[in-house]
Amino acid sequence: MNADKSSDGPAGDDAGVPGLTHSARLGLFLFAIYLILYGGFVGLNAFAPQKMGEPIESLGGINIAIAYGIGLIVAALVLAVIYMLLCRGEGESQEAGQ
Amino acid sequence: MIYPIFPSAVAVFLFFVAIVLGISFYLGTKAKSSKGYFAAHGQIHWFVNGIAFGGDYLSAASFLGICGMIAFYGYDGFLYSIGYLAGWIVALFVIAEPLKRLGRFTFADALDRRFDSRGIKLSAAISTLLVSLFYLIPQMVGAGALIKPLLGLPHVVGVLIVGVVVIVIVVTAGMVSTTWVQFIKGSLLVIFCTILTGMLLGRGLSVNATGEKQVVVVAKDGKTLVNGVPQGHGAGEADLVPFGRVKKLPGGATATGPLGPIAYLRTLEDSEIEMWSATKSKLPDGSDVTTYTPKIVKGRDLLVPGGSPTFKGVRSPKLTDKLDFLSLMLALFCGTASLPHILIRYYTVKDQAAARKSTVVGIAAIGFFYILTLFLGLGAMTSGVLDPTNNNMAAPLLARAFGQFLFAVISAIAFTTVLGTVSGLIMAASGAVAHDLLTNVMKLDLGDKGQVFAAKVTAVIVGAIAMVLGVVFQKMNVSFLVGWAFNVAASANLPALVMLLFWKRTTKQGITASIIVGLVSSLVWLLLSAPAYRDVYGLDPAKALVPFSQPGIVTIPLSFVVLVIVSLITPKPVPVTAVQAADH
Repeated sequence: MNADKSSDGPAGDDAGVPGLTHSARLGLFLFAIYLILYGGFVGLNAFAPQKMGEPIESLGGINIAIAYGIGLIVAALVLAVIYMLLCRGEGESQEAGQ
Repeated sequence: MIYPIFPSAVAVFLFFVAIVLGISFYLGTKAKSSKGYFAAHGQIHWFVNGIAFGGDYLSAASFLGICGMIAFYGYDGFLYSIGYLAGWIVALFVIAEPLKRLGRFTFADALDRRFDSRGIKLSAAISTLLVSLFYLIPQMVGAGALIKPLLGLPHVVGVLIVGVVVIVIVVTAGMVSTTWVQFIKGSLLVIFCTILTGMLLGRGLSVNATGEKQVVVVAKDGKTLVNGVPQGHGAGEADLVPFGRVKKLPGGATATGPLGPIAYLRTLEDSEIEMWSATKSKLPDGSDVTTYTPKIVKGRDLLVPGGSPTFKGVRSPKLTDKLDFLSLMLALFCGTASLPHILIRYYTVKDQAAARKSTVVGIAAIGFFYILTLFLGLGAMTSGVLDPTNNNMAAPLLARAFGQFLFAVISAIAFTTVLGTVSGLIMAASGAVAHDLLTNVMKLDLGDKGQVFAAKVTAVIVGAIAMVLGVVFQKMNVSFLVGWAFNVAASANLPALVMLLFWKRTTKQGITASIIVGLVSSLVWLLLSAPAYRDVYGLDPAKALVPFSQPGIVTIPLSFVVLVIVSLITPKPVPVTAVQAADH
């Protein structure tokens, strides 16, 4: 597969060495944020399932389980959009890409 | 329950299949080269690819399995939705860009970029093949489960139809037709589920007369009696009356009228719902008796975790009972970015920026769909439509409450859903065999056309194996099976991908060992678990050899540890700069 190498990305890539690019660092940072949110959710479900039934009045009275669950889905999209906006222009193919 | 057959459902389905096949044949004339076949020439627009991600990912399990689980047990089904979506965060933030940068057609390409090792290619190809096959099982089971109510044909016919149609799609135009099938399916699924949810909210909740106790007797010769008379819809016959109604609304109202999404959930929490309990026994002559007894449940008790048999462990005080849940949530989180049929979709766009953008579109479509599943599941629970013998049918049966046309469309979409995902899986498997195994491991000089031909032959063979598996595993819940596939994918592939990207000391032996250990340990674990004993071998589940059924929490870390240890005891890899100097 060596012959293909120059054809699928800008030359001088780090070929998978630990994340040095801007987008890789940002990706890991956002990943860490989500990991905390998700870990908190899984932990609450596993170790305090009764707590998940408590209503949140400021959110129309829906319980923590529903609010946190939908919140995680929305948070994934928000973080994804932030990532896309902050990485704009990075990794666009140049002539070598095609 | 026996469902009446609607000719309109058949017509809508045939219409969808005709369109999909027409597109495949048209595109098939354009995809002759290996780059066309395996990667759709790398020319798919990022938006189309993003929706196709949805079409690829939202399988029968997502649609039928999750809706069914929510309708039967409440909140627990939504836990799957959340885990499935969270996995995309790993895909986007950690895996997508390096994978796109390093690979050409397959995930094995990317793993092997630094090493040029046959061991890596071989193990990655085997892992792709096995994970794809494993994931194919629930898709085929889903197809069989749908065909019965939709067309009135037996399970095996559904499996055959899906198998044959998908083989035709994949063989005609490979990744090009697969992409468009997935795009169409992804769009239809999101659009019609939105419409259905809108109608559900517009109708609101209303109180209905509750059902009565029902007894089903299945004799040894297969004859079924419902409440003492033969099952059927003719004179002198009877069928089960569906379950799942609102028994009491807050404030003693009889109907709410249209509700907003939040008000819908809030009202449900404050209502009482008629569910049922099922008890099984045996008559002296060997007949199986199932008694369905209505039971009234508070809405708020249905909207908390732990209501289903799968996750009841979270309410137990013992840590070991919670491990199944923790393990599954870990596997879902790690599994998405390890699924071969998802990973190959990164090679159909032109660059890393397009890979990133299409993932964001995918997350938007998939996340929105999963929020809809919550409403569809709860809607099915409260519409008096549930068949207590088949939880995979909740979503189509809910649609039927809104008229025959919607039922026809939703059923047809559910069937098309299976087509889209199965095509992606068979593509992944055929790439693993033709590109990785034959060309790169065995070093056969097939040429460009030969490689495409080999891929097509593989697609036919894998399709045939999938059909057999779809019949063998027909009794298992599709959501559950998909959870297993995520465990295997995450254990085999994720440690290798992540460590390759983030640890310089990773060696080729480490990667190979990690894939093999992850794959074998998770598969063996599953085959020795209680559900496999009960549903596959027909043995006593209490005799299962492993303590809980989801292996991820053990086998994912195990695969990481193996990679680290083997890498440390094998020679350091050649510095990357030297590899690059040799390449350029």
